[in-house]
Amino acid sequence: MNAVVEEHHDEHHDHGPAKGITRWLYTTNHKDIGTLYLWFSFAMFFVGGICALGIRAELFQPGLQIVQPEVFNQLTTMHGLIMVFGAVMPAFVGLANWLVPMMIGAPDMALPRMNNYSFWILPFAFGMLISTFLMEGGAPNYGWTFYAPLSTEYAPPSVTFFIFAVHLMGISSIMGSINVIVTILNMRAPGMTLMQMPLFVWTWLITAYLLIAVMPVLAGVVTMMLMDIHFGTAFFSAAGGGDPVLFQHVFWFFGHPEVYIMILPAFGIISAIIPTFARKKLFGYDSMVYATASIAFLSFIVWAHHMFTVGIPLAGELYFMYATMVIAVPTGVKVFNWVATMWQGSMTFETPMLFAIAFVILFTIGGFSGIMLSIVPADFQYHDTYFVVAHFHYVLVPGSIFSIMAAVYYWLPKWTGNMYDETLGKTHFWLSFIGINVTFFPQHFIGLAGMPRRIPDYALQFADWNMVSSCGAFLFGFSQLLFLFIILKCIRGGERATEKVWEGARGLEWTIASPAPYHTFSTPPKDMADAHG
Amino acid sequence: MSNEETYQEYFVPHSSKLPILASLGIFLIVYGMGNMFNEMSSGTDSSFGEIVLFLGGLVMGGTLFFWFSEVIKENHSNLYSDQLNRSFVWGMSWFIFSEVMFFAAFFGALFYVRTFVVDWIGGVGERGPSDMLWGGYEPHWPMMNPPDPEKFAGPKELISPWGLPLINTLLLVTSSFTVTFAHHGINEGNRKKLTNWLLATIFLGVVFLFVQGYEYYHAYVDLGLTLASGIYGTTFFMLTGFHGAHVTLGTFMLIVMLFRARSGHFSKTDCFGFEAAAWYWHFVDVVWLGLFVFVYVLGS
Repeated sequence: MNAVVEEHHDEHHDHGPAKGITRWLYTTNHKDIGTLYLWFSFAMFFVGGICALGIRAELFQPGLQIVQPEVFNQLTTMHGLIMVFGAVMPAFVGLANWLVPMMIGAPDMALPRMNNYSFWILPFAFGMLISTFLMEGGAPNYGWTFYAPLSTEYAPPSVTFFIFAVHLMGISSIMGSINVIVTILNMRAPGMTLMQMPLFVWTWLITAYLLIAVMPVLAGVVTMMLMDIHFGTAFFSAAGGGDPVLFQHVFWFFGHPEVYIMILPAFGIISAIIPTFARKKLFGYDSMVYATASIAFLSFIVWAHHMFTVGIPLAGELYFMYATMVIAVPTGVKVFNWVATMWQGSMTFETPMLFAIAFVILFTIGGFSGIMLSIVPADFQYHDTYFVVAHFHYVLVPGSIFSIMAAVYYWLPKWTGNMYDETLGKTHFWLSFIGINVTFFPQHFIGLAGMPRRIPDYALQFADWNMVSSCGAFLFGFSQLLFLFIILKCIRGGERATEKVWEGARGLEWTIASPAPYHTFSTPPKDMADAHG
Repeated sequence: MSNEETYQEYFVPHSSKLPILASLGIFLIVYGMGNMFNEMSSGTDSSFGEIVLFLGGLVMGGTLFFWFSEVIKENHSNLYSDQLNRSFVWGMSWFIFSEVMFFAAFFGALFYVRTFVVDWIGGVGERGPSDMLWGGYEPHWPMMNPPDPEKFAGPKELISPWGLPLINTLLLVTSSFTVTFAHHGINEGNRKKLTNWLLATIFLGVVFLFVQGYEYYHAYVDLGLTLASGIYGTTFFMLTGFHGAHVTLGTFMLIVMLFRARSGHFSKTDCFGFEAAAWYWHFVDVVWLGLFVFVYVLGS
């Protein structure tokens, strides 16, 4: 390292964070922005969770006890929207912000001011979305998939603000993804080739590509709604020569890649954690990369499997069925690789590893029910029942959410410099694990027995399992207060974390101090030997 | 990636008030528009939406002005390394890709309607039973007779592609050449050439917008072709309208580049702002070619 470079280093980067609230409002630091994203996501997780508990409280017994059907519809809609766009996606963006620059040896994200812009749009967007609860006619009540004409002709006036909230989220996501892609393509430390990147970086590169490709399509479909509602266009009105089914095609062209946007970064996290605690290199790194890319490609050509019962031509049904089944192949490669990584490893079971193993098992269950749903004649039976609800909650809660929790436990010592409380962490894991299975496993049964989704009341034969499911939901929901407590406790203090934190950890982020200094890798690191697990 | 000896540090800006102001600006814009549209559709007599929208426009416009000024200032202070300039290039390329996908949604809607919906509404094909809604209805493309004429009064006549649209095509294709000549001006260090060709490009863009505006006027007043005249008017105005909005933005970008060129900005090795505007211009040009073929020529 020559002297000139060192001098530069001192000039620009010896300042720490600003004091007070302006640090967070004006920051350009990827770690600060990552923290903002993560806390925002956690707050939305609780808001969306309250909606979910409202739903489960109403469904605890048959009959209408707590909320009216109109309010129930608003709760299901807002639960879905807030969890997808407010909790899961921002959490992954927060993790990308914290980790990608540290993993590739970059001084920050490529476009730091735009990075802050991406974040601060979100509180405005969700403030506006949540405020629709107080508007005349109430919040959006047409389901998170907002099918036309429910969301156009029959929607409450608040739909206009819903549309603009979606626009804001889209703008935020697109700018955030551009930042991630540019960072990964342009900011890797010299000597780090694409095939040396940690898998979390790889999965985020592909996720960001998906986001840039499909968020504009979402913007397009809500714009069509806006025009149909206020300017008399006929996109989704058969009376004018349009077609409500067109809405579903455009929406799911966004919606299916969106599903993988919420799971690919999770694959990256799990691929980092399992090797660490199995103390082995990741089995089949190259095949993991190719499998991720294949899943991303396939996500663009399977959208109509969400619409089997809407009346698409038989050739379409067959094509979308077989194309969907093909996704099981690259996904199977991934599950195989995780299991093979653990095979004959010298395993320990700290909290992140527990979440990671639970992820592998429970996500696979969600994947299998997905294959069941991909079979057209079977789907005619399952469509819009609780079986579908069970399926996508198995891939989203013990899938995406567990991976986020695993990531928080895994990197929290690097972020705060302190170890979290392992006993409490394990307690949180087991409460969540039991809660989630008690909530969603019975929904397979009531779904197969014919209980429809998005209905506040149900026939008596579904009563027992609904009660069980509601108990599980409250267990899972309240366990998250423990998660909050563990994080706060860890921030305030605890056993000091070492640089490497975990004995088997590999990667550039484990070569810097804990907590990570405010600015890292102002000049790029040189040793790439250990860059990925 | 450069080697260690020549490595110039990647410039990470200090904290900045601009992003949070831009967030406020964009929020006020959409909140204002939301109120405006709801007031319009419910017939409420209130200008709350307009006021919020106007304030948002001010905040956003001001913030963007200072934001771009700051970037230009930093660039002129030699804070930007080659690597950082590559970040801008990548960033703009991916932004244009996102715009492509936005248009793809609307083109996709047009293709879907033309390929499937028209037949199905008329009772042809596997979704023939939808014929029950409007028995005996005979659909055509372009759709001059929407199934329910009381809700959607069809257009009397359509725009011929070989009149104004053809002129507009020539204008935009020519402007793609003129903007390239302006770029050559930068490469040759010939400022006169740069500003003159840039001026010509802007002129072509503005004329295009006027012609498009006249065509809309003609469509609404003489032909009864409106946003609300059924699916043909819907796809026609949404596709050409969003394209027109993008031409407006592109023209504005080129005007900014003209002012910058006149203040002596841009050299062969340092002209990213100009290049970004030029790429954007080529992008709207290509979209227009798609429109001309699929909306105007094959559409009527």
